[in-house]
Amino acid sequence: MMEFLRMGGEAAYVWSAYGITLAVVLFNVWWARWTHRQALERARASSGESRTPRKPTVRHVE
Amino acid sequence: MRLPRWFHLLGSPPFVYRLAGRLVPWLGAIACVLLAVGAYWGLALAPPDRVQGQVYRIIFLHPQVAYVSMMAYVVMAVSAGIGFIWRIKLAHAVAVTAAPIGTTFTACALATGAIWGRPTWGTFWQWTDPRIMSETLLLFLFLSYLALRAAFEDRDKADRVSAILAVVGVVNVPIIHYSVIWWNSLHQGPSFMKLDKPSIAPEMLTPFLIMIAAFTVCFYWLLLNGLRGQIVERERDTRWVKQLVEGREP
Repeated sequence: MMEFLRMGGEAAYVWSAYGITLAVVLFNVWWARWTHRQALERARASSGESRTPRKPTVRHVE
Repeated sequence: MRLPRWFHLLGSPPFVYRLAGRLVPWLGAIACVLLAVGAYWGLALAPPDRVQGQVYRIIFLHPQVAYVSMMAYVVMAVSAGIGFIWRIKLAHAVAVTAAPIGTTFTACALATGAIWGRPTWGTFWQWTDPRIMSETLLLFLFLSYLALRAAFEDRDKADRVSAILAVVGVVNVPIIHYSVIWWNSLHQGPSFMKLDKPSIAPEMLTPFLIMIAAFTVCFYWLLLNGLRGQIVERERDTRWVKQLVEGREP
């Protein structure tokens, strides 16, 4: 196990490369979730705004 | 010519939003499994390299990340072009979603390349290496695309102007690929993407290909995941998004 982690004395290179790539993938997952949530919140806010000033429309059906 | 119905549905934001929502968990699961299998195979099962020893194991990572960065640019440029020509807003949404993914993967390709270059070439960076330089240019193309978009208040205008930049910049992608053939580079020539048989040992080729598949699925997972937020943002004032945020099924 230790031998595996040491990577023949080149652990710093191998593991940092894998670590950076993992961080990039995780960042993109987080970014997608965050922008999605932000967009939904903004949509919620704007849907609340547009509802208040609108007067109820009364339609008479003869 | 009559186009099939699904083709028209792919231009409909609520349909694509729901389709992406259904595909994302599957793509995510496949990507994670493939990444785990490929990483384990590449790091633990594949034999050490005769010349490079253990550090060569970055080969299961760096080319794949670089390839995703180029694919992200092509996806961005093609969808921006489609959006520009046929004025399809959804296509612009795809382009905008691909941009940050491409930016981070390009930066990651440069970083992992530098890390690999130090023990094997004796240098992190080489200003005269054509592949490093064309990949750096790719990073600047992504960054200028994002900066150009940020300069416009009006989203439609940002879509149209940034699409031109994206399409023009696509010439850089074949330059990255052929840079090692056309010019003198520290990088080796293609060992897999060529007509001849691959110049890589079979026990190393398997995890290499698994990682290519893994990162390809991973990219489309991230793309569809990000696309959902982008669609909601663009369709904020439509009835279906209002129904969506009010908790009613559109």
